[in-house]
Amino acid sequence: MNAVEQEILKVIVFQLGDKEYAIPLSNVQGIEKLMHITRVPKTAKYVKGVINLRGVVTPIIDLRERFGIPVSDNEETTRIIIITTDEMEVGFVVDSANDVIDIPVSSIEQQPEVVGSNEVDFISGVAKLENRLLILLHLDKVLNPAD
Amino acid sequence: MELNQYLEMFIEESKEHLQSCSDNLLELEKNPEDITIVNEIFRSAHTLKGMSATMGYEDLADLTHKMENVLDAIRNEKIRVTPEILDVVFESVDHLEAMVLNIADGGDGKRDVSNTVAKLKRIESGEPVQENEAVSSIELAATEVVATTIVEQDSPQLEYDSFEKTVILQSTEQGFSAYEISVTLRADCLLKAARVYMVFDILEKNGDVVKSRPTVDKLEEEQFDQDFKVALITQTSVDELHSKILKVSEVEKVTITQLTKDKLVQAASEEVATTIEEVHVNENPIVSQQKGQTESASQKSTAPANAKHATSKTIRVSIERLDILMNLFEELVIDRGRLQSISTEVKHPELNETVERMSRTMGDLQNIVLTMRMIPIETVFNRFPKMVRTLSRDLKKKINLEVIGAETELDRTVIDEIGDPLVHLIRNSVDHGIESPEVRRANGKPEEGNVTLRAYHSGNYVFIEIEDDGAGINRDKVLNKAISKGIVTKEVASTLSDKQINELIFASGFSTADVISDISGRGVGLDVVKTTIESLGGNISIESTQGVGSTFSIQLPLTLSIISVMLVEIEQETYAIPLSSIIETSIIKNSDILNAHNQKVIDFRGKVVPLIFLDEIFEVPRNEQINQDFHSVVIVRKGEKLAGLVVDSFIGQQEIVLKSLGNYLTNIFAISGATILGNGKVALIVDCNALMK
Repeated sequence: MNAVEQEILKVIVFQLGDKEYAIPLSNVQGIEKLMHITRVPKTAKYVKGVINLRGVVTPIIDLRERFGIPVSDNEETTRIIIITTDEMEVGFVVDSANDVIDIPVSSIEQQPEVVGSNEVDFISGVAKLENRLLILLHLDKVLNPAD
Repeated sequence: MELNQYLEMFIEESKEHLQSCSDNLLELEKNPEDITIVNEIFRSAHTLKGMSATMGYEDLADLTHKMENVLDAIRNEKIRVTPEILDVVFESVDHLEAMVLNIADGGDGKRDVSNTVAKLKRIESGEPVQENEAVSSIELAATEVVATTIVEQDSPQLEYDSFEKTVILQSTEQGFSAYEISVTLRADCLLKAARVYMVFDILEKNGDVVKSRPTVDKLEEEQFDQDFKVALITQTSVDELHSKILKVSEVEKVTITQLTKDKLVQAASEEVATTIEEVHVNENPIVSQQKGQTESASQKSTAPANAKHATSKTIRVSIERLDILMNLFEELVIDRGRLQSISTEVKHPELNETVERMSRTMGDLQNIVLTMRMIPIETVFNRFPKMVRTLSRDLKKKINLEVIGAETELDRTVIDEIGDPLVHLIRNSVDHGIESPEVRRANGKPEEGNVTLRAYHSGNYVFIEIEDDGAGINRDKVLNKAISKGIVTKEVASTLSDKQINELIFASGFSTADVISDISGRGVGLDVVKTTIESLGGNISIESTQGVGSTFSIQLPLTLSIISVMLVEIEQETYAIPLSSIIETSIIKNSDILNAHNQKVIDFRGKVVPLIFLDEIFEVPRNEQINQDFHSVVIVRKGEKLAGLVVDSFIGQQEIVLKSLGNYLTNIFAISGATILGNGKVALIVDCNALMK
């Protein structure tokens, strides 16, 4: 977590429902348009299946399902954010991927109690920027299937 | 000199030479009288010596030199080949291998070999050492008279067969002189072949070249260190020759020795061995004089030269690059799929034609990309003969190892993994399988036990079998052991079939050797073998008859990355079923389906086969329930068991590239992996084994 210690954290901001979320840019490999997803049977409901990402079979997780947000129909803006960690490569389905921004580390606060929904478990902090509220995802927890 | 760039080549070639030494030593043990084998070993050792000296590995060169001395003595029939001598030579080869490995790991190749060196010296200086000295002093005396410089001790004198001797003797009688010319190039000589050519050019203008060492072919391919020897028949004087050759640039030293009748006759009496392979008869010069003789002789000498295994030219490519190549190729396959569908839509004849031609080229390209990753299993097998020899001597057993099908090709990744399990199984056969000679005699078997290592292709698989004619598996002993180790209970034990009992030896924590030996049976044995083989997508089975022998049979996929599948469709989804599990496909009528114990079955060629509805297993979302009168069924097999997989329709057969689902999705039921289809979509591969548990 070197990035957190630095003054500025570069993040990718994306939209799920009416909230804005952020993932450190260092974990993002790319953003893809929605493409054909092959369903994989007998997996958790939030696992949409696998895609062919330039020759690599990549699993896709629907973050709405993962966080228990009602599923919306796929729209033009729907994107797949490809995440890489040390062990794996997965894609997150999100409503839209907005932009890359720098957030000062000082603006990140610990998770406030008020948010109170399913995604609480997956949050590592909240960043307040002028009139925006960014929810920082805890990737390890999102990717840990045992819950 | 910058040697680093040659290091890898040096290591690979050293390994090859050492391997050839081992192979030939084993051969020699079987035919101790065959001097040509000794020559072959000698040649490998000599090249190795030269290479290691050039690379600056003195220890390596030194030990090889000592070994070479012994070989030289054997080849000149001063020492008789005995198993004890071979033991020492084998020991030296082992040391040499260890040194080369050390160098490969970045070491300096140093190793304490004083013990072996002492042994080699003792062998070498048996009785014939005096004779050896006498010979060299005579040669030296002769050399000093004629030669302008003293003959180098290091390089062996040329050897002549009877034909060459006759040629030389006759020409000396006709007033020609025969010389042995030794030319040394400078160590930093860059164009060795060119220099050789220039030297030969001069020689052939001045006389007739009778033979050279190394042969002209090898010289042209620069397969020599710095010096080579030529026998020449000429009327030119020694001094003139000497200065002419020295005019060629990058020639460091020229030594000219006159070949006299005495020397040749003396050599003839000493050297019974004639190294035919090395003879190079230069057709042009002598033919005119002795036509008839030459023809028979040149036939004689070219035949074995051709028989020498032709080394194909190769380059080394890392597996990683091949993987990248493969990935890129798959991208192309996907794009080809798109192009094909576009061209059928557009219906442009020229476009169609181009796409078709591209598809054909890509088919060829695919074959090449796939076969590039295949290497013969020989690379694993060739270390076993020596291992079995050492083991059988340690265990005081007589064992003959037969290797069949070493040319069978397997994917590189499988080859890398299969070595250790095979070592284990062979040790197991040698240690536990084959009985001691006394026991074998008492049981009416020949004293010498046989272990057969066999590899062959069958369908999409490669089979490797290790067969011995030893004691076989002792059923009761295995059962008792398994019960005492708590692997099975007594109740279960009584119900087990012979086959199941045999399988018990693969259970973890099982070891049947009464005495734990160095060779096998530390209890970490066969279960590890089984796990490794299963992790490679293969399986292992045993057949054993007590008192007659056992056969371990390993089934391995040809490659870990490419398999043949049958593509099937269920609703909108495409699944791939490995062809290796499929027996056949058929269409059945609704009325053919019978019910037995809540299980739908069909009667398939007289056998009751359970049906598995893949749409239910894979929970395929159905848009509407359709009641078909006919069902498409794929009959698959796992061992003896059969099952019918019911699908919506068959698409066809295809070669696919196996892809993993990644670390996130592990242990998906009945899915062994995924692949990317021509249309760019991912299809899942059905694991038939999991469906039939």
